[in-house]
Amino acid sequence: MRKISYAEAIVEALRISLAEDPCVSLVGSYVLGLGPKRVLMDPIRAEFPDRIFDPPTSEAAIVSVGAGAAMAGARPFVDIGTASFSYVGWSPLVNEAAVARHMSNGALRVPVVYHMLHGLRGGGAAQHSHSPQAMLWNAAGLEIVLPSSPHDVKGLMRSAIKSDNPTVFVNHARLMDIQGDVPEGDYTIPFGRADIKRAGRDVTVIATSYVVQTALLAAETLAGEGIDVEVLDPRTLVPLDQEMILKSVGRTGRLVVVDETNLSCGIASELSAIVAEHGFKSLRAPIMRVARPNIPTPFSRPLEEAITPTADKICDAVRRVMAWT
Amino acid sequence: MTTNTLDRRTSLSIFERMLMIRHFEEAVIELYKQGRFVSHYHIYIGQEATGGAVLEALGETDLICTTHRNHGHIIGRGCDPNRAMAEILGRASGFNGGRSGTLHISDPSHGFLSTSAVVGGCAGLATGAAFGLKVKRVSQVAVGFFGDGSLEEGLVIESFNIAALWKLPVVYVCENNSAGAMGPQQGGYPTAITATDGFTRLPAAYGIHCVKVDGTDIGAVHAAAIEAVGRCRSGNGPVFIEAFTTRWPGSSPLWPELATVTDLEAAFDPARIVGPHADWSRNHDPLLRAARELVASGHASRDELLARDKDARSRIAAAADFAIKSPMPAPATVGDHVFA
Repeated sequence: MRKISYAEAIVEALRISLAEDPCVSLVGSYVLGLGPKRVLMDPIRAEFPDRIFDPPTSEAAIVSVGAGAAMAGARPFVDIGTASFSYVGWSPLVNEAAVARHMSNGALRVPVVYHMLHGLRGGGAAQHSHSPQAMLWNAAGLEIVLPSSPHDVKGLMRSAIKSDNPTVFVNHARLMDIQGDVPEGDYTIPFGRADIKRAGRDVTVIATSYVVQTALLAAETLAGEGIDVEVLDPRTLVPLDQEMILKSVGRTGRLVVVDETNLSCGIASELSAIVAEHGFKSLRAPIMRVARPNIPTPFSRPLEEAITPTADKICDAVRRVMAWT
Repeated sequence: MTTNTLDRRTSLSIFERMLMIRHFEEAVIELYKQGRFVSHYHIYIGQEATGGAVLEALGETDLICTTHRNHGHIIGRGCDPNRAMAEILGRASGFNGGRSGTLHISDPSHGFLSTSAVVGGCAGLATGAAFGLKVKRVSQVAVGFFGDGSLEEGLVIESFNIAALWKLPVVYVCENNSAGAMGPQQGGYPTAITATDGFTRLPAAYGIHCVKVDGTDIGAVHAAAIEAVGRCRSGNGPVFIEAFTTRWPGSSPLWPELATVTDLEAAFDPARIVGPHADWSRNHDPLLRAARELVASGHASRDELLARDKDARSRIAAAADFAIKSPMPAPATVGDHVFA
């Protein structure tokens, strides 16, 4: 199969979606960020000039406009840019888009996608490195998508744009350059279907987004030590494939959860709680979390690295659960 | 006395909407007093001419988003008062199955997309609805109703910018009801707290066409709304209407009180107006004003209006009865309708 970059896979998904449905529009066109990859959007810009709207820097209104347009029957794909700025649009996100269907007793559909770039990216410091997915998971009514590979991002983005629900599509800034096998044609990946990125017998490592790649690196190192790691990627938090998570832990008996959101009330915490509550009998060791400590992101490289879930930290955690007796 | 050049059919249709709103709201306060529902709520009395005339100017497929003072808009739109009242009482038969209550009533089947109880929230949604209409290349318009306090919210100002940039078919109806209000200093319901000396300066800064009208004058409001909707349909971009009303004394305290009870005959017999709020009833009550104008213009007789009043009262009484007799939603259904 041909290999393309994560960024190219996003562009393919957007192009197919715009061509397929005239109700789809792009609000914000720097979906790939402001780096050199942004030029990959140029062909789409040329092909659909009247379907792409570059809005003012007004995150609150942009989020609200996306929700209102979706209520009126359009399918906007709204780019928030750096995920840290989504907080400016928090009220329309959690007070309007997320709750409109429930408040209307099912009479309204809100088919809007909110796209944002999350995560520690090198020098982003405290206001450009956020990962808001855990906070969003705490606001009922949003689908949350966290792709980790070029193949997944294309299929998941197609599903997000077709979805009748408000969907938060969280891409990691560091994933844009990675290469992977991607089918040329159209395909969708259904939400709520986890993926085993690496099968293994000894310990389950759950990871999402960029840290899936980190976990795969750690798994290679650990394989050299005779530890067979299974890397499981839920791909969507809402809906969550709880069944596959519990099955994997049922096979391995050990769990490490890796995540870039804060340790407190983060994704690692929620997934650990689910396994502790529903999979306790399977566990042969305590669950370990490799998340970021509750510290604002510092600028300087060694400081940023100190809070990053690295392959070394994952290896340490896996060794500890393997050594538990 | 009036700029009213409305024809008989239009005047009476607006008056009918106003009557239904007025009696609906009086019934809501009564039902609250009876302990039939628990919530903070907001009453539209005093602004019926604005809602009634704007909604009269809209087409069936136009879209509406509103704010917490919403009952008047849902009733004025012609949505079923039985289901609206049932929703306020949290009943399964309500528009939203009891999930909205007073704060979030919607009826998308009549284009009534949303009540956002976040101040200013509806302005962004109405702007978005207009954007959706533009993307879909249809000639409908979206209307956003909000109070003057909404102009304190950044989201509203941001929405003006977007609507103006993209020439969106949205009519912003700012119902300025701060005149005569108590405000927090006197322990009353909040009023606008702003440094600007004119709200239209804000949308006007983005080149949005602005109109100021007396919000108790059905002719003036209707003319402004017809012009605004026409501009939007012809692709000329957004319009901002500021409609001025004097705060109904019952909406001045933190919690609504039935400060005046409608007596339509007082429109023709001023001696019937008595009590501490006589000035409001005499000079600022849009319903009494509309009744006087309808008779003065020869569009209707006193008796005809009184008969319509009686009919509206009985329909609202039936709505209250329907709501009270409707079942509560089943707890087991609580998880329904989170996702499509």
